[in-house]
Amino acid sequence: MKAYLILEDGSVYEGESIGAVRDCTCEIVANTSVVGYVETLSDPSYYGQGVVLTYPIVGSYGVNLSDMESERIWAKCLIVRELSEAASNFRMEITLSDYLCRYGVTGIEGVDTRAIASKLRDKGSMTGFVTTAHFELDEVVAKLKEYKAKNGIKAVTSVSSRHIEGSGKKVAVIDYGVKKSIVESLKARNLDITVYPATTPIDEILEKKYDGIVLSNGPGNPCEYEDVIADVKKIYQSDIAVLGIELGHELMALAAGGSVEKMEHGHRGGNYPVKFNDLGRFYITSQNHGYVVTAIDESVAEVSHYNINDSTIEGLKYKGKNILTVQFAPCHETDFIYDNFVSMMGGCENA
Amino acid sequence: MPKNTDVKKVLVIGSGPIIIGQAAEFDYAGTQACRTLKEEGMEVVLINSNPATIMTDKDIADKVYIEPLTIETLKKVIIAEKPDSILPTLGGQTGLNLAMEIAETGFLEEHGVKLLGTSPETIRMAEDRQGFKDAMEDIGQPCIASKVVETYADGLAFAKEIGFPVIIRPAYTLGGTGGGIAENEEEFSQIAPHGIRLSRVGQILVEKCIAGWKEIEFEAMRDASGSAITICSMENLDPVGVHTGDSIVVAPAQTLATKEFNMLREAALKIINKLGVEGGCNIQFALEPNSFEYAVIEVNPRLSRSSALASKATGYPIAKVATRIAMGYNLDEIKNAVTGKTFAGFEPTIDYIVAKFPKWPFDKFVTAERKLGTQMKATGEVMSIATSFEGALLKAVRSLELNIFQLDLPQYREFTKEMLYEELKKIDDMRLFVIAQAFLKGITVEEIHDITKIDNWFLTKIKAIVDLGVELKKGSLTPEKLEKAKIYGYTDKIIGEYVGMDEKAVKEMRKANSIMPAYKMVDTCAAEFEAITPYYYSCYGSENESKGEVQEGKKKIMVLGSGPIRIGQGIEFDYCSVHCVWALKSLGYETIIVNNNPETVSTDFDIADKLYFEPLTPEDVENIVDLEQPYGAIVQFGGQTAIKLTKALKDMGVRILGTKAEDVDRAEDRELFDEILEANNIPRPAGRTVFTCEEAIEAANEIGYPVLVRPSYVLGGQGMEIAYNDRDITVYMEIINRSVQEHPILVDKYVIGKEVEVDAVCDGEDILIPGIMEHIERTGVHSGDSISVYPTQTISQKDIDTIIDYTEKLARALNVVGLINIQFIVASDGVYIIEVNPRSSRTVPYISKVTNVPIVKLAVRAMMGEKLKDMGYGIGLNPAADYVAVKMPVFSFEKLHDVDISLGPEMKSTGEVLGIAPTFHEALYKSFVGSNMKIPTEGNLLITVRDTDKEEVCALAKEFEKHGFRIYATGGTCKYLIDNGVNAKKVNKIAEGAPDILDFISGGGCDLVINTPTRGRQHNRDGFKIRRTSVERSIPCLTSLDTAKALLASIEQKSAGDVGIIDISTL
Repeated sequence: MKAYLILEDGSVYEGESIGAVRDCTCEIVANTSVVGYVETLSDPSYYGQGVVLTYPIVGSYGVNLSDMESERIWAKCLIVRELSEAASNFRMEITLSDYLCRYGVTGIEGVDTRAIASKLRDKGSMTGFVTTAHFELDEVVAKLKEYKAKNGIKAVTSVSSRHIEGSGKKVAVIDYGVKKSIVESLKARNLDITVYPATTPIDEILEKKYDGIVLSNGPGNPCEYEDVIADVKKIYQSDIAVLGIELGHELMALAAGGSVEKMEHGHRGGNYPVKFNDLGRFYITSQNHGYVVTAIDESVAEVSHYNINDSTIEGLKYKGKNILTVQFAPCHETDFIYDNFVSMMGGCENA
Repeated sequence: MPKNTDVKKVLVIGSGPIIIGQAAEFDYAGTQACRTLKEEGMEVVLINSNPATIMTDKDIADKVYIEPLTIETLKKVIIAEKPDSILPTLGGQTGLNLAMEIAETGFLEEHGVKLLGTSPETIRMAEDRQGFKDAMEDIGQPCIASKVVETYADGLAFAKEIGFPVIIRPAYTLGGTGGGIAENEEEFSQIAPHGIRLSRVGQILVEKCIAGWKEIEFEAMRDASGSAITICSMENLDPVGVHTGDSIVVAPAQTLATKEFNMLREAALKIINKLGVEGGCNIQFALEPNSFEYAVIEVNPRLSRSSALASKATGYPIAKVATRIAMGYNLDEIKNAVTGKTFAGFEPTIDYIVAKFPKWPFDKFVTAERKLGTQMKATGEVMSIATSFEGALLKAVRSLELNIFQLDLPQYREFTKEMLYEELKKIDDMRLFVIAQAFLKGITVEEIHDITKIDNWFLTKIKAIVDLGVELKKGSLTPEKLEKAKIYGYTDKIIGEYVGMDEKAVKEMRKANSIMPAYKMVDTCAAEFEAITPYYYSCYGSENESKGEVQEGKKKIMVLGSGPIRIGQGIEFDYCSVHCVWALKSLGYETIIVNNNPETVSTDFDIADKLYFEPLTPEDVENIVDLEQPYGAIVQFGGQTAIKLTKALKDMGVRILGTKAEDVDRAEDRELFDEILEANNIPRPAGRTVFTCEEAIEAANEIGYPVLVRPSYVLGGQGMEIAYNDRDITVYMEIINRSVQEHPILVDKYVIGKEVEVDAVCDGEDILIPGIMEHIERTGVHSGDSISVYPTQTISQKDIDTIIDYTEKLARALNVVGLINIQFIVASDGVYIIEVNPRSSRTVPYISKVTNVPIVKLAVRAMMGEKLKDMGYGIGLNPAADYVAVKMPVFSFEKLHDVDISLGPEMKSTGEVLGIAPTFHEALYKSFVGSNMKIPTEGNLLITVRDTDKEEVCALAKEFEKHGFRIYATGGTCKYLIDNGVNAKKVNKIAEGAPDILDFISGGGCDLVINTPTRGRQHNRDGFKIRRTSVERSIPCLTSLDTAKALLASIEQKSAGDVGIIDISTL
């Protein structure tokens, strides 16, 4: 079935419909990773977004559901050049097409994803509309200009808290849309973990005297989450060890008086070089963010990590505090950040 | 860390001659390195024995030594030049070994020379089997389990420990004789004891068998601060068991899910960190397809063939960055030249798929064993870029110039299912086409996977290509089908054939439906940043990014490249293409290069103003022409690949710059050319053009045997043979006609004499001959396989005058503007023409360097309208130099089983080296050393020659005797030698009982073999075995008495003492 992607600037891309057949309006973002579509689509940080994958052949290794970063697909739409009919992997359970259908997510294939990515690069992020029906371009464009994304954290955070027992330090994870892999990394260090919905009154959590708090990743514009920022302020004022990741990093900066702005070009991909000042070297990181910390008072925090390409702030160490926040998700090579967090909480006696 | 300021003068070691396994990629790496060093203000000293390379140009390095790559020469260069550092990791294994060897002697410390980049300790750790295993164990990286054992019991215990199947490899047997794969204990009990018996030292290596695992490579880069990135992942379509150089490779890896991908990527980074590499590194993994089990196969702590591929596949200039790292920079201090915005620390990501396809020499070596295994056999490769796997694969296939444009080959169409099941078991160069045919005959993906172990993903995609072909043949062509076919990489011509339409009509239909190729940029970042590299590939269903705009006030010229490296068309033509681009640029033209070889300098994005990485077929070129509308095209420098496109370009309305297409035709067309010769009173050996075998026999009898038989329009004497009788002709014609011949076949009288070669520049009026070359071997040996000497040593002034006269006449008659290459026979009764090529030749780089005449540049200037008399290099024949330069061919016979090593009219060498010295004998000696021949100064010489050579060999034998050689010979030869006063000893022929001649050669008592083959293509099996056995034992085997005489002269030279070195930039 023919499908169309219409962008806010009036450009139209014709392709074939994939996944569930439904119209959708969303912010369109481009991700440059070569692998990782299962994880990307189920990453709550992509909530409400239409994801353009720049790698042209997608679906080659099918889907293993245990690789998902959450319980469902959060992205609203998948935009690819070719959804590979050929799919092969020893762990494959279903195809990518089935995966989309299972979670009722729509998409489009057969479009020039590089052209779309270039357009987003040149014009900044845009809203888009995907449909299989006839449409009036002017009407669609008018609607797209008015479109505003909803509060993402509310949509993606868990309903109730859950406890994962461990023999190590006690850690609270505030779920702004936490990825499974973050919790897994904490589990791997035997920490005693409780994941809280973002709506949990913060005093309730602080009262329990956790050794550390993880502020998770999540979707949306951090500046709009005023209640959450107020909560994070309280955490900042406590003496608890804090690890902020992605959105958590941005929220902490806002809570501490820093500023966060929407980026001209967001970082979405697996190849961002981040310099670790204390180590004198950089690591390649996976990133997914459209907002970035642009300033924070030097007396409050020092920039501990920065991006080699565009010099953006990638990590902050808060002065006089036991707080480290990073703009990327520590994993693989940078997994040791979790070990650092354990040290921040007073060591790893039971790890 | 900022640049290391102690480094001021750097010695770069090249990789020597092109051989199988070490091709043009090191010219690419070395050239990039030298240019980078110069950009950094370094003084660069270069040593490389290969004169056909761009890196050995004096404008690439400050001092250029085209000298044998030996420790002795290296020491001399270091003493003469006093460099403070050596960059050892860009000259392949040859360069690396040499650097390591000299480092171990302590010579470098003595002379205060440092090795830059990756340290010797690291290199040792990576290359030493046990050291590497230990290092991997330290960081928990699994290697392939293996153990050397001496008893059956120990072997079996180990096999049980690691689990069956296991590979058994006897130590010190050739070609793995006596080894094999044991699936279970019973098979082990059969193979292992046999292997232990066959091994000279009674040892076998028992190794876990991982055949069928996926083969994955990562190219990684690390700096001194410890920061490391992976540049590119690559996946071999062929599972473990086929050398990666012989595999179809795709980038990025296609069948790995996130988990496996990250697991191997992380492992690669752990390994490069553990080894402490400072620069580039290639890491090969085997991955069990049904689990997360993997093993590290190999690590190369240097630039490699895969680095060149990864560099071209991503746009990331690996050699440049590795050089800067060696100079002390860190990755986050080096700007990415592609984007101009990002830094070298940004890991490239790509938004297309790349396919690499090997170019094998089996079309030339028809008798060679085509089976692929752990010994690489390909001489070169092509790369293609597309947005679909199907498109990339078909683009690569048609880039091979095998006249294959789709996967359904006629030779398999008659195969039944049963035959195909059998055929699928063979692992050879035809496997892809067998798989395609299997799909056509209804064999399933699963069945093929069970036999080949190729991943289902690749198989399903191959099936998709085949299925679309079948679909096209049904019903009429719709715009939808047409677009899909284009995305899948089918050419208009094939689509036309499938649907019953003319190629032109298909193109018209495309135009009418706006199904046009778009050109996308290779930018290292998947469009995340705006890039500035003009590096493009085509795809369908896309928006075009290459605008085809014209630079203000500049004319656009298209230069057609030479495609994959193959026997007969090597790196020389890339040298010429690159120099053509540089010359055009210096004259103020805008340049566009089209080529498909990832190993070369010409496909580096900063050579031409625009690079189109595309197949060199009429359709692919026409699409670029349509977009760019070039002022003209140059075909003279890209070998036969570019010449073949002349007519198509003309039909597209493109101006052919330089010699006109009609004149090229007149040189190639037998009858037209004969008219020119006749008009100018120039003799050539009598000849005829024929099409059929009957005509050929008739022509041969008319002219009189022996005759040369060959197809026209070929390079490197492909399919050329000397025929002595009707039967020979029948055999050759059958071989020639195996591939479709569009042009007639030539039958010429074989005239015996000296061969002389000339390259000349002509501006339409005057000519300039930089120098005349004389071949050591007499006519009958292909010019590319002959030892070539400049200036001539034995040609009389009268004959030279005739040669100049003929050259002038021919250049004028053919209206040559640009280059012309002519081969002559100087026979007892005068000078004959063998052939004329109105284009660049294999000898251009060599003769340019040794005569100090920039031939390509002058030719380009002439083509653009300048006159030789205004160029300042003189006209007519340049005065001969007061030194001698000898070009020696280098072969790769030890890598190609079942190939006859005897020299003949068909070219067999893969590369060349240069020897340059004040005297002929010194130069000759150097070239033998450079070609890696172990020159024996005494020992046992085995002689077995055909009857007609006996008289001549007798005199030679006496000379060798004088030098203390003991002469051995078989029956007839031996008797003749003894009768004529040589103290020869008899060796049994093969049928005469043990110990026979083969035992003699293998037994270690033989130091040199002279064997001239009996006439005709009909293999004399004895002679063939003698020659092959010599090659496999690394014993020099000479098949021409002329070469033997030359060697004798060199033996005398070797005894006479040391020879000096020459910096060619001072000539």
